Order: sequence, then C-alpha cells, then structure tokens
Amino acid sequence: MKNTADVVIIGGGISGCSTAYNLAKKGVKNIVVLEKNYICSGSTGRCGAGVRMQWGTEMNCKIAKQSIEFYEHANEILEYDRDVDFKQSGYLLVADTDKEIEQFKKNIQVQHACGIPSRMLTLDEAREIVPYLNTSVLKGATFCEKDGFLNPFHTTDAFYKAAKKLGVEFNTFTEATGIRVEKGRVTGVETNKGFISTNVVVNAANAYSKNLCNMVNLDIPVYSERHQILVTEPVEPMQGPMVMAFGLNFYVQQSPEGSFIMGRGDANEPRDLRITSSWHFIEEMAKTIDTVLPPISQLRVIRQWAGLYNMTPDKQPIYDKSEEVEGFYIAVGFSGHGFMFGPITGIVMSEMILGEKPTIDVSMLNLNRFKTGKLLLEPSVV
Amino acid sequence: MDENTIICRCSDVTLKEVRELIREGYVTFDEIKRITRIGMGPCQGKTCGQLVMREIANATGQNIKDVKFQTNRPPVVGVKLGLIAEEGRR
Repeated sequence: MKNTADVVIIGGGISGCSTAYNLAKKGVKNIVVLEKNYICSGSTGRCGAGVRMQWGTEMNCKIAKQSIEFYEHANEILEYDRDVDFKQSGYLLVADTDKEIEQFKKNIQVQHACGIPSRMLTLDEAREIVPYLNTSVLKGATFCEKDGFLNPFHTTDAFYKAAKKLGVEFNTFTEATGIRVEKGRVTGVETNKGFISTNVVVNAANAYSKNLCNMVNLDIPVYSERHQILVTEPVEPMQGPMVMAFGLNFYVQQSPEGSFIMGRGDANEPRDLRITSSWHFIEEMAKTIDTVLPPISQLRVIRQWAGLYNMTPDKQPIYDKSEEVEGFYIAVGFSGHGFMFGPITGIVMSEMILGEKPTIDVSMLNLNRFKTGKLLLEPSVV
Repeated sequence: MDENTIICRCSDVTLKEVRELIREGYVTFDEIKRITRIGMGPCQGKTCGQLVMREIANATGQNIKDVKFQTNRPPVVGVKLGLIAEEGRR
C-alpha cells in the first residue's frame, strides 16, 4: 500500500469506484481507494439492481437521467470485458390511492421538464404491459421505458477495472480507522494497514459515512436503515418492467437471468447498522406479491438478504466539501439510490475536487441545505 | 480435471472461469460469487461451494478450513411465496 497519495477515496462501492475512475481519467495520478471489505460488498452489492428516471425532484430526475444515459454505453466507455447486463424494459409505477395519482401527475411534470419520456397510463394500458397485474387494487400507473435493470456487481467491477487500468490503487480488506486533521486541513488517513498521507479525502462510505464524518468532527444529518430483498428461483422471461409502488410499498423485477428480485421498506426499522434477515419481511413481501402480482407467488424464494440505505432528511444525496475541514469531500446519503446515480456521482465529485465547471449543477445538494431548512423532499422512495 | 467442467450447475460456471478469476485477483468466495453468480442459484452454494473453496485454497496456499464461504441466508430450501403468504394470513 502506498504511504502517500493525492486523493484517498474511502469506500469501494459504485460511488468510490466511479469517483476514482473519473479522477484518474482527468489525469490525477496518485489515487488510493480503501475498502474495509471487498469491492461491491456494501450497499451497492446489496441493492435491488433497478435504475429509473422517474423521480419527483428535479435534482434526482437530472442525475438519474444522465446516469442512465451513461449506462446505455457503459460497456464501451469503460471497455469492460464482461457485460453490465443493462435491460431497459421500463418501470411501471402503480398507485393505489387518488392522492398518489396526484403525486404521480406532479412527478410527471418535473420529469417532462427534464426531458424524461415518462407517461401516465390507464389501468388497461398497465395490464397490456404486465397482463397479470391485479388492477382491482390499483388506481393508475406511470411508465418510463428508459428505466430498467442493471447488474450492480458487473457495473462496479467495470468502473473498478477501468480505474485500475488508469493506475488507481485499490486496497481491499483495508479499513480507515482515523482521519488526521492539522490546522483545519486533512493530512492523512490511518488504516488497519498503516498511514497514508494525503490532503484530499473522499467519503464515499454511504452506510458508514457518518462514522467517517465523526472522525473529523463533522456532524451530518444522515442515518442508515436496513432494507431487505428476496430473490426467487429463475424462470423463463414473463415480466418486462420493474413494477413498483410507494403506497403499497414494494418493487419487483425479473432479472435477465430469470429470477425475480423484490423488496419493500419498513417504517419501523431501527436506525442502526444491522444487515440481518427477518421473517417479518419475507411474510409481508409474500402477502403483497400474492395480492398484486398473483402468478409470481407460485415461485420459490431461494434467498433473502439485507443492505443499508443511507438516508438524508430530503432523500436526496449530499455532494459537497466540508467548510470546516479543508480537503474533506463527501458523496453520501443516497437514500437507496446510490447505485443508479453512480456515473454522475463520479463526474460531479471529480469536478468538485479539481475545481472544474460542473457538468450538472448539484450545488443544491450541499450540506448547508439542512441548516437553512429549505428542503425539496423526494416523495418517491421505497 | 477437464477445465470445461461445469462446477456451478445453477449458473453454468466452468472450472476454467473460476480459475481465471482467481488468477485475476478475485480470491474470496464472495468476490467470485459477485462476478459469476456462483452460490446465488437455487442450490445456494450447496453443490459448488466446496469446489470453489478448494480452488481458492489450492491457488492461494491456504488451508481450506480457513477459506471463508458466503453467508448462509434464509430460507434453507426454496419455499413458494404463496405458501408463506397463506401462513402469514392465518
């Protein structure tokens, strides 16, 4: 492991790998990534593998749209020797209350202003896309054909390999245990394998980001929350799009290899770092699927797992640098959608670090917004 | 053994693929799993697990008892979602 670096990135998920790749591509030579486990072992590797443009805030819409446009060409841009398995067969968002339909209408206006090709559907139109959808419990739907499935492991691996080719040093099973600050400036990172001196640290640790901020006495308003997922045995293709509902609280998509991946949130989750599996989840999930998408309940669940959302008060990420500690950058608080924002995270963080003109103005996603209280709340998160 | 032997019958992964990944530096079960889907299929690693761990042990000079397997996750065998829903509603 190097003992000095121009930039140290903490976190080997999509955000860290994408930031490393973009910095290296812009010519930064001496980049080190620290990952306390292995690449893609945290939130990225545990996510639901869906990517969508259908969001409710302008920032989330813009970041998602441009990230998905990158993913359409990710294999070529990153010169990946495998396949990121991008399947764009849409997201069908379904609502079960009139109130949610009103929200969908508002969201569609925001999406259209960002050039996102989403549209309202009648229940008959929704059934044309997913014939076995039980529309008797629904009021309406929206659809965007650009949304879809993307393999989190291969996508992160693609960024990792591309960054490695450009000279980035990746240290797996290496944990940041402290961040040294002298006279208000970052001077290095302590790890379980030794000290690295550096003036730039990027906190890309998502679920564990608060702990890292604490190391430099920076208090950020994020917390981590367990979200669970289950997967079924693989079957022949039977469902094109992801079906997702915020009111009914679920998402379910058939992956390209045939299995169905599904998850739901739980408002009663304790705010800690647990990633154990619970029976409560599997039972609630099964009841929902049995009601809304009956044929899928004939499939066998083969595994369940859990990962952590790193939640912010407005469910939008934080892209910023600390005002108090020079050289400390943060790309955290993705609130469950860090994987799909990965490409833009890397671009905006590399531009911020190098003082370049931003591709997308993400200044609204700064830390100060929580102090002023001027929050635009993202309404559409499972 | 013939390198084209399929050692993961759920996801059709050959011994050759596993050995190549180990050579590339993917030297834990979880890393190999994430790239190849080994251990993610209906058998949940019950068939392929020992074979992959032996390959890792041989290539890295570890004792196989020190090679870490993936986290065993519920359910132990596949269960129909409909059955779970039915039980849940009782």
